[in-house]
Amino acid sequence: MTTLHQINHQIVYQRPESLSDTNTHYCPGCTHGVAHRLVAEVLDEMGIREKTIGVAPVGCSVFAYKYFNMDFVEAAHGRAPAMATGVKRVLPQNTVYTYQGDGDLASIGMAEIMHVAARGENITVIFINNAIYGMTGGQMAPTTLPGMKTTSSPLGRDVELSGFPIRMSEMLATMDGAGYIARGSLHDAKHIRKAKKAIRIAFETQERGLGFSMVELLSSCPTNWKITPNEALDFIAEQMVPVFPLGEFKTNPELAKLRV
Amino acid sequence: MSKQLLKGNEAFAEAAIRAGCEGFFGYPITPSTEFLEYMAKRMPELGRAFVQAESEVAAINMVYGAACTGKRVMTASSSPGISLMMEGISYLAGTEVPAVIVNVMRGGPGLGNIAPAQGDYYQMVKGGGHGDYFPIVLAPASVQEAINIMGVAFDLADKYRAVVHMIVDGNMGQMMEPAELPPMRELPKKPPNWAVTGAKGRKPNFLSSIYIDPVEQEVTNLRLLKRWLEIEKNEVRFAESGLEDAEIAVVGFGTSGRVASSAIRTAREEGIKVGLLRPITLAPFPEKRLEEISKQVRRILVVEMNSGMMLDDVNRVVQGRVPVEFYGRMGGITPLPDEILDEIRRVATNRMPVNGDARQQWITRLEKIVGGQA
Ligand SMILES: Cc1ncc(C[n+]2csc(CCOP(=O)(O)OP(=O)(O)O)c2C)c(N)n1
Repeated sequence: MTTLHQINHQIVYQRPESLSDTNTHYCPGCTHGVAHRLVAEVLDEMGIREKTIGVAPVGCSVFAYKYFNMDFVEAAHGRAPAMATGVKRVLPQNTVYTYQGDGDLASIGMAEIMHVAARGENITVIFINNAIYGMTGGQMAPTTLPGMKTTSSPLGRDVELSGFPIRMSEMLATMDGAGYIARGSLHDAKHIRKAKKAIRIAFETQERGLGFSMVELLSSCPTNWKITPNEALDFIAEQMVPVFPLGEFKTNPELAKLRV
Repeated sequence: MSKQLLKGNEAFAEAAIRAGCEGFFGYPITPSTEFLEYMAKRMPELGRAFVQAESEVAAINMVYGAACTGKRVMTASSSPGISLMMEGISYLAGTEVPAVIVNVMRGGPGLGNIAPAQGDYYQMVKGGGHGDYFPIVLAPASVQEAINIMGVAFDLADKYRAVVHMIVDGNMGQMMEPAELPPMRELPKKPPNWAVTGAKGRKPNFLSSIYIDPVEQEVTNLRLLKRWLEIEKNEVRFAESGLEDAEIAVVGFGTSGRVASSAIRTAREEGIKVGLLRPITLAPFPEKRLEEISKQVRRILVVEMNSGMMLDDVNRVVQGRVPVEFYGRMGGITPLPDEILDEIRRVATNRMPVNGDARQQWITRLEKIVGGQA
């Protein structure tokens, strides 16, 4: 009789070393966890976990340092790019990345993100665009879609009163200091694979010293969007993608040779 | 090494470099700008980090990030810039990472002016940022003293994993004085074990000021408080002169203390038994020494370049044992030695109790002077 122990196992899927063996606090259907995993897989594949220093934001991913298995610091709201600059400038051999939400990056931290790119700081930014302030309970973000209901735009975002969504990737791509800027989405398997590739290129940009790199990821927030997880994925595809088109907005020519 | 003629801000910057500063992050503001300009030239020469940040908010957060690597890092700014840094200063304190912050103070509030002042006393000495924390505050009174204290500032920051403020007024940043620089210290070979450097062959380190559970936060607050009590016990510094037989004590820090000391020399020649206590650490405050003095002298005169902020700390320690009088100039005006001499003469003959707030009587005197100038 063959027992289970005698079967030769081949591991096809496991927790990346760059993720800690712990449960996250993210809501069901939230794509923060998917984004974490993609970053972790990329760092594992590149073999750079042991020299990587992450910078966590203030937002739902405030505890990112618990979920990643690597050195981490925790920034003030919006200041992650400045903090990352400080780390990188005194430890230029290390890999440094920030992980930020849209309120963090595109509102309170607007100056810090623009200038980190302008300086061509050799860091990578993972930017989670879920069109809302998750952690504080669903207020309007700078990326909230026109007409979208949030707790601070209860009748729907009125562009007359509160302006228009900000497209960070497009803006940052105008910076000479940027080496790689891309926007991906986490709403289905195909796009998740593409997003991972973009994250890989972003870290490769940093490893090659080609300047600032950022991957924006369209993400779900079923809890604060007040819809089911599946509806949330559809919302990304149908409502967000038209406003935030996917693709690469800036690619340093050196990266074109890269096969990832 | 011999004495050279050195400009305050540049001398402080070089002293910081020689104390092992490996990262400077700042934003231009008068009267501290030469500090940044000097660093802009000198740090890259030595292969050390320098960034002119987009704002003081960014600058202090760069300091925060760099401090987390365990290296000696700093910024220098001036009053309005320091206000913007308060968020980051609180995070530094909450994360228990060392940093040195220089404030070359100017007239305020608001945009104020670029003239020397000491109006940031409360902001610097009492914390300034949010939450329960205690910065160490050093207030040298000459270029040489500031050079010497810069090394102390970094040592204290490292020893206690604390924020150390060095505060001077614009006079000291701008003036040139003969002074001697210390030799260049060797940089440490290894980072401290708490630093983030990449988790190679060890468990990850993470540095944060977040303690979501109030129980953990309270434990942290308690740790910070106990460390502070340790600092109060061990790190008090002050200078004094002529207090052995003094009947009158003048208390002043930084430039106002220094101006007072020349007034005191003249007063002594006139036969007035007056001495000076000049706190070098404003936090921790030289409470024990002041208490002793208050049991010896007949009267105390506090001299400041603000509206009487250290005065509160003096009163807290003196507890009404002797009358405490006040003389201050504000708005970017430095008192002249003669003004303080007149005050010493007045105080020496004044036998009246100080009724209520010493400021009331000072305001009446000041208004005469200001009225005369207007
Ligand atoms: C200075 C400051 N202002 C406001 C807050 C409150 N706050 C915490 S998280 C947050 C918004 C986070 O939203 P986002 O960056 O979009 O991230 P998400 O939670 O959606 O992942 C705000 C406003 C804070 N912590 N600090």
